[in-house]
Amino acid sequence: MNILLNLKEALQSLNANKLRSLLTILGIVIGVASVIALLSIGESAGDSITGEIESIGTNVIYILSGNDSDDVTNPKDLTLQDAEALANSRRAPEVAYVAPVISGGSEISYGAEGRETSISGVTPDYQFVQNITMAEGDFISEAQVEGRSAVVVLGPEIAQNLLGRSSGIIGSAVRIGGYPFRVIGVTEAKGGSAFNNPDNNVFIPISTAQTRLPHGDSPNAVQFILVSVAQAEDADQAIQQITDVLRSTHRIPPRSPNDFSILNQQDFLAVAASITNVLTIFLGGIGAISLLVGGIGIMNIMLVSVTERTREIGLRKALGARKKDILLQFLTESVLLSMIGGLLGIALGWAIALVVSQIATRSGTPLEITVTANSVLLATLFSAAVGIFFGYYPANRAASLAPVEALRYE
Amino acid sequence: MAEKENVIRIENLAKVYQMGEIQVHALRGVSFSVDRGEVLAIMGPSGSGKSTLMNMIGCLDIPSSGDYFLEGELVSSLNDDQLALVRNRKIGFVFQKFNLLARATALANVELPLRYAGINGDRKARAQKALESVGLGDRIYHQPNELSGGQQQRVAIARALVNEPAIILADEPTGNLDSKSGEEIMKLLLDLNKTQGTTLLIVTHDPEVAAVAERIIHLRDGSIEGQEVRS
Ligand SMILES: Nc1ncnc2c1ncn2[C@@H]1O[C@H](COP(=O)(O)OP(=O)(O)OP(=O)(O)O)[C@@H](O)[C@H]1O
Ligand SMILES: [Mg+2]
Repeated sequence: MNILLNLKEALQSLNANKLRSLLTILGIVIGVASVIALLSIGESAGDSITGEIESIGTNVIYILSGNDSDDVTNPKDLTLQDAEALANSRRAPEVAYVAPVISGGSEISYGAEGRETSISGVTPDYQFVQNITMAEGDFISEAQVEGRSAVVVLGPEIAQNLLGRSSGIIGSAVRIGGYPFRVIGVTEAKGGSAFNNPDNNVFIPISTAQTRLPHGDSPNAVQFILVSVAQAEDADQAIQQITDVLRSTHRIPPRSPNDFSILNQQDFLAVAASITNVLTIFLGGIGAISLLVGGIGIMNIMLVSVTERTREIGLRKALGARKKDILLQFLTESVLLSMIGGLLGIALGWAIALVVSQIATRSGTPLEITVTANSVLLATLFSAAVGIFFGYYPANRAASLAPVEALRYE
Repeated sequence: MAEKENVIRIENLAKVYQMGEIQVHALRGVSFSVDRGEVLAIMGPSGSGKSTLMNMIGCLDIPSSGDYFLEGELVSSLNDDQLALVRNRKIGFVFQKFNLLARATALANVELPLRYAGINGDRKARAQKALESVGLGDRIYHQPNELSGGQQQRVAIARALVNEPAIILADEPTGNLDSKSGEEIMKLLLDLNKTQGTTLLIVTHDPEVAAVAERIIHLRDGSIEGQEVRS
């Protein structure tokens, strides 16, 4: 049997029941559209997180209190003393800069304009660890840390939101947690992602943060310590040195596990990958369920169609159709249904992804959504598979009809 | 074999339908042979088993017992695909209810057996020629609902002859037609028998139709009641 002729005949038969075919297709359209939209949104969110992490740079190491992999009870807080010890170039020669950070949520306001945000208490070295460049003014200085000055460095976006502009604002007074702070600098715009936008950062001296921000029990505790390595290739060596230093400052006996964690870019990427994988599987699963429902719709309609056309099947068999001819005829119809639905679904899913990306951008979290060739391929193959899987049973039923009985069927 | 070649040879063919508790004996051991090129009519009251017998001969149904040889081949030894091939190549069907595909043109209906035969190149030309031979050369793109009953039955005949089968089985081919259309249909079938040597088996209630046959088999209650051999 000629494939083209088969296709033409299947189209004719679907065309004869336009509304019914359309409704059946709709089930697949919705299923495939949700697979495409959800997968590409999930993938884009993953990309956004990954890009964020990659922007950390390969030479930056995070040190956190506590240890997930070993059973550590009562881990010691990381302290300013730990940071000092790490900064000692004799104890940790590969470490370039050390930046302890105290961060906490607080309200920042200017006039009537105010918002709840995360404030970071930092030392001057933070600028070098994170490669921050200033658009105007200066970053926090050693003297301001020592003097517990009420000064603040703003990211351009939060400055814009709060003061209505991001330049010419040096000397303006904003309030953090009710206390007045003088703006001494604005950082260069970096452009942010959905999850951590550096243009929204608010920096104050770490000493000021100790008194003004809520943080750990001991007065010298910090949330985390950022360390930069002079040469990215020496990161492993630096990690070893950091481990040695902190084990001694925390007085950890030999063979006991660390009560702190050292993470570099690779570790974050691994964590992010596992999160985005879960996200993708979850979103894809939702889409797959709607595709399944669409597939059952196809099966239902094909069964109806087989029953309606029993006499036709009998006649075709009387004229010499083999089992596989009938099987192919009905499979072609169901695959055609699901493939048309699949193609429309790809277009619709694409449109949905675009709309979501527009909405996300409008609401301030730019999310670059791209429909990947992978998800299109997946959706196409999946919808074809749905057509074959759910079409096979009705088609086989048609093909197995005994010729006389089919012909006699009323 | 020295004896005259039998296209069809049936020995003790029986068909029993199980209807729940009761058994319906549609055929009770029927035996006869049909020569190549013969015109045979089968008559009998309603329910006597005529259609059942035709379905067996057309390889549409399987007998409960007995043997059926088609061109010397034991049909019960064939598998599904081989049976489909036999129906496609050796047998042409003409039904009482025409049985055309409603949404296809006359041409597409006649092309159908050629498609299942895997003929692609001159399929359209052959189907067109078949339609011309039944006098429908100017109606090839009409759909069945645009044709009269007699014309529809002629399409069915074109479809039956297009693969040049050895046998044409016609189950009450004139049953749904007026006498004039019926005569035309019979004339077409007899022409085919004369020019191509096609064996004809015709089931009918109409003595006038049966009168054209060389032999008439009378069925009653699933058995052969008698045979008439005519000139
Ligand atoms: N599928 C079936 N199931 C049960 N009984 C059947 C079936 N098909 C036919 N029969 C029975 O077999 C017998 C013969 O039926 P058949 O159709 O061969 O009669 P017929 O001679 O063609 O009659 P008519 O002239 O009315 O067409 C009838 O008694 C009928 O009820
Ligand atoms: Mg009958």
